[in-house]
Amino acid sequence: MTGPAAGSRWSDEQVEHFVGNLLRYGVMTAAIVAFAGGIFYLLRHGGDVVAYHDFTGEPASLTSVTGVISSALALNPRAVIQLGLLLLIATPVARVAFSLVAFIRQRDRTYIVITTIVLALLLYSLMGFER
Amino acid sequence: MHVLLFTLILAAGAFAAGLLGSLTGLGGGIVIVPLLTLVFGVDIRYAIGASLVSVIATSSGAAAAYVREGYTNIRIGMLLEVGTTMGALVGAYVAGLISPNAIAVIFSLVLFYSAYRSTRHREEHISTGPPDKWATRFRLDGTFPTPEGKQHYFVRGVPGGFGLMFVAGVLSGLLGIGSGVVKVLAMDQVMRLPFKVSTTTSNFMIGVTAAASAGIYLSRGFIDPGLALPVMLGVLTGALVGARLLAGARTLILRRIFTVIIVVLAFEMLYKGMTGGL
Repeated sequence: MTGPAAGSRWSDEQVEHFVGNLLRYGVMTAAIVAFAGGIFYLLRHGGDVVAYHDFTGEPASLTSVTGVISSALALNPRAVIQLGLLLLIATPVARVAFSLVAFIRQRDRTYIVITTIVLALLLYSLMGFER
Repeated sequence: MHVLLFTLILAAGAFAAGLLGSLTGLGGGIVIVPLLTLVFGVDIRYAIGASLVSVIATSSGAAAAYVREGYTNIRIGMLLEVGTTMGALVGAYVAGLISPNAIAVIFSLVLFYSAYRSTRHREEHISTGPPDKWATRFRLDGTFPTPEGKQHYFVRGVPGGFGLMFVAGVLSGLLGIGSGVVKVLAMDQVMRLPFKVSTTTSNFMIGVTAAASAGIYLSRGFIDPGLALPVMLGVLTGALVGARLLAGARTLILRRIFTVIIVVLAFEMLYKGMTGGL
């Protein structure tokens, strides 16, 4: 994946092309990581009994960005899946972050403000609950 | 039931939902929560979490193709995303405050509305000008490719469209759906965008909207990896296969079938929600 050609300003077409690639590879990477975790999970827990009828919530290691990353690195199968899902959630966030860079390069002040607001709301949702 | 069997059946169900949603253009996201709660007996909070994740996957996957074709209006998407993400955060908060049965009742109303919209003929009202004050201020007017070359369009009703986007965001955060029906309604009828532009721009926004509430669902423990994974992969592959088949498919009959399924699910959701059966 290569970024738009290094010029002083990027055209809308270059930005569209890069955004398309970003979304495609983001979803692919997320799906592959989550799938790999799923195979692990089924090998280890495939014979367990299903209990989704009662809501118990998830353990702390699966509900925060830092918790997911550290337990995925410890190769906990459920955490590896959750890392894939987190990458999936991060894909649109990365798209917005890239749009911000593009609007900065286009010196489009109105859209720099608009995109910053959206990015802040997204980061608040993802990071605002870290305890 | 054991995890392995449950996972496989769930993935197959999600595949069917993604396939039908993609072939009919109605989106598979709206039937995921009813499928999980009514058919598989999953708690509605886990169901909404899994649905949100699958909505992000399908919309981002499809958006990747549309953006490169030049139909998506990124400026309109960006501006309206302010409304949808604020709404999504509000919706996700409210989901934590009200009872699962209340969520089920609201969900059934959205299902009824979606079924009603799917039977209506979609009318295109492209605006030929003069330029609108807000659209000019935010430089929203654009062009889209047609066989005869690029066609220009003007955008109208920006404040009204923005307000409806907030509502779409609330529903998305509350119910774990893409709210494509409300988004397209706002862009077709209020903002007067051409079909191709409104459909692809709506899809472009769905991923960001869902990501805004997904963060909150994750931290609340509503996203279970063992459940969300087969649902997400099933819906995603179903939608991809559907997009490949779309060229030669006869979608009218499928659309009717899918609409009937939505109405049946809506009645059952309403009944379960009213009687406290969830």
